[in-house]
Amino acid sequence: MTSLACSGVATGTPAGDAALNRVNVFELTQAAEDAVLAPVDAGAWPAETRAAFAVRIAKLNRSKTLVAQYGRRPGGDGPLADPANDGTAQNMGVVVTFMDKVAAQTREVRANDITSLQAAGVSDADIVRLAELNAFLAFQIRMVAGLSLIKGDIA
Amino acid sequence: MTRVIHKFTRNVPQWQPRVTPVDLKEATKEQLEALQVTPSNTKVSDYVLVLAHDVEALKARSPLFNAIMYDGGGMSRAERELGAIAASMVNRCIYCAAVHASRHAELAKSTEATDQIFTAGENAKLKSRDKAIFDFARKLSECPPQANESDVSILRAAGLTHAEILDLVLSTSLFGWANRLMHVLGDPVRKE
Repeated sequence: MTSLACSGVATGTPAGDAALNRVNVFELTQAAEDAVLAPVDAGAWPAETRAAFAVRIAKLNRSKTLVAQYGRRPGGDGPLADPANDGTAQNMGVVVTFMDKVAAQTREVRANDITSLQAAGVSDADIVRLAELNAFLAFQIRMVAGLSLIKGDIA
Repeated sequence: MTRVIHKFTRNVPQWQPRVTPVDLKEATKEQLEALQVTPSNTKVSDYVLVLAHDVEALKARSPLFNAIMYDGGGMSRAERELGAIAASMVNRCIYCAAVHASRHAELAKSTEATDQIFTAGENAKLKSRDKAIFDFARKLSECPPQANESDVSILRAAGLTHAEILDLVLSTSLFGWANRLMHVLGDPVRKE
């Protein structure tokens, strides 16, 4: 399971024992990862684009382990994975601006961030898909970061 | 005439979607299953109808949400709500903060902690255990996350077990997810 593997939490440690009691959460997280990174109905965002955004958002969060993990997916090394790329060359400028803001400046998101996507021709269903991808990554990145902090805590 | 709410409150607002919710009359079989729509239960919130646009994510998230917030053992329900509130304040999700502050007040049988948190934010005067929980959750919610080993030491010194700290990580992280749906896809508005 990605989240547990990336956190470095080992069995036989206090953090590992705590994780064992929540094994269903790790299993459900893996199911959610599959649902947002490689869904059956991907809408306008194929798995390769999703992998690139996953790497990009992990980079914005300085999550080295998840950058590496998502980087191994097909498309994970695509141009959108680089936070310095504003997406214009890929005709994805509005989408990239939205994804970066939702990931890194969540509190600043306003209604006009949604109307900008709509004006660029992104359907409502595809807007929800972008939000879910971004939101899941926020969850997994913090879960791995938090678990990494407690893995060595054996006091 | 704006009805949008910008200040933190325990009074749960109405949620007004920024995208068009799925029309139940046009919903697919998979959407209806995920929405648990039956002939006797046809009331579904706009929020869930919006999320039904991405039915695979919705189906995956609901059981995860319930497991993290409600499964037994580990951290108390009220303290899990504290993690949710801290994340919602960092991300300024007025709606999530209202729902979970009102739940915290019910569970803790007191409005003292959430009054303090909404008034003073990171300077809130809280009992040491609540303070350690709130500070850790606040820092973990930033982008990039700012929580570090010394914040974990403070949690341990405040008496939290490993199982409780894990649950705090999970509930706080979960609201990194929930806030990016609720705050991004709609507005909190005064009830009509």
